[in-house]
Amino acid sequence: MAEQRRIIFRHIDEPGYTPDLACYLRNGGYEMLRKAMTRKPEEWIDEVKKSGLRGRGGAGFPCGVKWTLVDRKSGKPIYLIVNADESEPGTFKDRHIIHQDPHQLIESIMICAFANNVKQAYIYIRGEFPHGAQILERAIAEARAANFAGPNILGSAYGCEIVVHRGAGAYICGEETGLIESLEGKRPYPRIKPPFFPAVLGLYQCPTIVNNVETLCHVRHIVEIGGEAYSRIGTPNNTGTRILCVSGHVQRPGYYEFEVGKVTLGELLNDVCGGPLPGRKFKAVIPGGSSAKVLRFGERYKGKRKVGAETVEFDWGVEDIPMDFDSLALAGSMGGSGGVIVMDDSASMVEALANINEFYAHESCGQCTPCREGSLWMKRITHRMVHDNARAEDGALLKSVADQIAGRTICAFGEACAWPTQSFTAKFAEEFKAYGDPAREADPDAAELV
Amino acid sequence: MQLKPETLQKIDEVIPKYPVKRSAALPLLHLVQEDQGFISPEAIEWIAARLELAPISIYELVTFYPMFRTKPIGRRHIRVCRTLSCALMGGYKTCAEFERQFGTRRGEVSPGGEVTIEFVECLASCGTAPVVMIDDDLHEKVDCAKARELSERIKAEAAR
Repeated sequence: MAEQRRIIFRHIDEPGYTPDLACYLRNGGYEMLRKAMTRKPEEWIDEVKKSGLRGRGGAGFPCGVKWTLVDRKSGKPIYLIVNADESEPGTFKDRHIIHQDPHQLIESIMICAFANNVKQAYIYIRGEFPHGAQILERAIAEARAANFAGPNILGSAYGCEIVVHRGAGAYICGEETGLIESLEGKRPYPRIKPPFFPAVLGLYQCPTIVNNVETLCHVRHIVEIGGEAYSRIGTPNNTGTRILCVSGHVQRPGYYEFEVGKVTLGELLNDVCGGPLPGRKFKAVIPGGSSAKVLRFGERYKGKRKVGAETVEFDWGVEDIPMDFDSLALAGSMGGSGGVIVMDDSASMVEALANINEFYAHESCGQCTPCREGSLWMKRITHRMVHDNARAEDGALLKSVADQIAGRTICAFGEACAWPTQSFTAKFAEEFKAYGDPAREADPDAAELV
Repeated sequence: MQLKPETLQKIDEVIPKYPVKRSAALPLLHLVQEDQGFISPEAIEWIAARLELAPISIYELVTFYPMFRTKPIGRRHIRVCRTLSCALMGGYKTCAEFERQFGTRRGEVSPGGEVTIEFVECLASCGTAPVVMIDDDLHEKVDCAKARELSERIKAEAAR
């Protein structure tokens, strides 16, 4: 059985571990900031690049590259924004870092700030984490009082302030340019790229780094062991550990940290999470937050992939897919935010999609017409299907709407709302077709989903 | 509009944290809503004036961000997560149980003004579904029995 390797979640749920500074210092806290400041800032950008660390928020973009792209010649201040707007359905990892180990995040923020000559950092935390915001405020005040943040960090001439900024319930603020607009006090309409790459024209039109909470926390550990050693954790191009959040129809839902690619979806769901609920069978799984394309148990994924220098053939069932960015992409889905949502044979795929579509229709920011209109139409069609007005052509109609959203919007929300509909209607076509059939029998134990 | 002295003090403290005043719009909306219970037209004008903005620049935030409201709510705020993982584990039943307990429908203030029940989107605690926020506190694995228990507690606290 694959063993967990807890780096980021090392102290999460540990009896006696508290979110205050004294506890963090007893556990070696801020030693890595001390170490980082004995070397030149740019050396740490190289170390993070060497580590191969990829973003844990959704896109899996290499963190070191993100830092390298920052415009350092503009003469403008460089900002760091921590994306703590955790809101991709199925994802619940940053919540625990913030509530239980806030100083791990703050130390990593300060190392990133030092490496990139940032003097002002913002933590954009979702509005529904009011206690989390208070815990962070308290932790920042403690860190400041002890010279781990604020002016003259560790007695040096270098200083950086951190401000906690609360969102107000909008999913789109997790999109980095939408987040920036929101932080500027506006509606969070995502910006068009080019020209608004945050690394060049970000917050207040200044160069800006936006990193997810979990991603940043790895930085402290990269400083501890070095980029080279870190890159040997996990698998090539999918380095380090990552937290997988499992929810839905399994015996033991929860958060589990593994070396990336060292656990398969089958091991995760059957061995780690205890398998399906009594008397049930797995039917479908969304492997990387609700935007990721659904995987159907029983389907096969075949093709060729690179393992080191070699190209090898693969032939996987759902259970065989290694939980890393590249393998999930080869299976036609994505690692996304690490949120694994499991559905068993009691769940209707039409209702599950109707639930997801309601989410996206509610959260579309409304800036681009295909997404604003399309997400609403998809919601209405699935809603109508569930409420006894299904038509035989609805599956095809849904697909047609989804196909006209993806690729036609400013931000990736267009894809995020189209992918569920595209994958559900393709993989469960017979279920969509049969929905209007009066002879269809619903599972009496099924939960209402919409 | 009369804001409490401590709210005014917090407002004075938060604005200088940003190089551009407009960035304090969301923090001010949160502070005013916590003080007043909701965002009135008067509050919109007050915040706009404080940040040297046109009222529309604040109004358009109130109409966009789901957490801001333009009407008062019940004394306690029950937010039930509606999104997939919670729904799979019975979130819709949980919401219906709260509605039954307080004789109200989601989105409305219960008779007597005790609670407002709402469906909200993902609260990021999917592993302990279904989840519910009551005011600022998260409650996990809230099945119908636990919803009844929480409702009883709210009623008992109100009777005190």
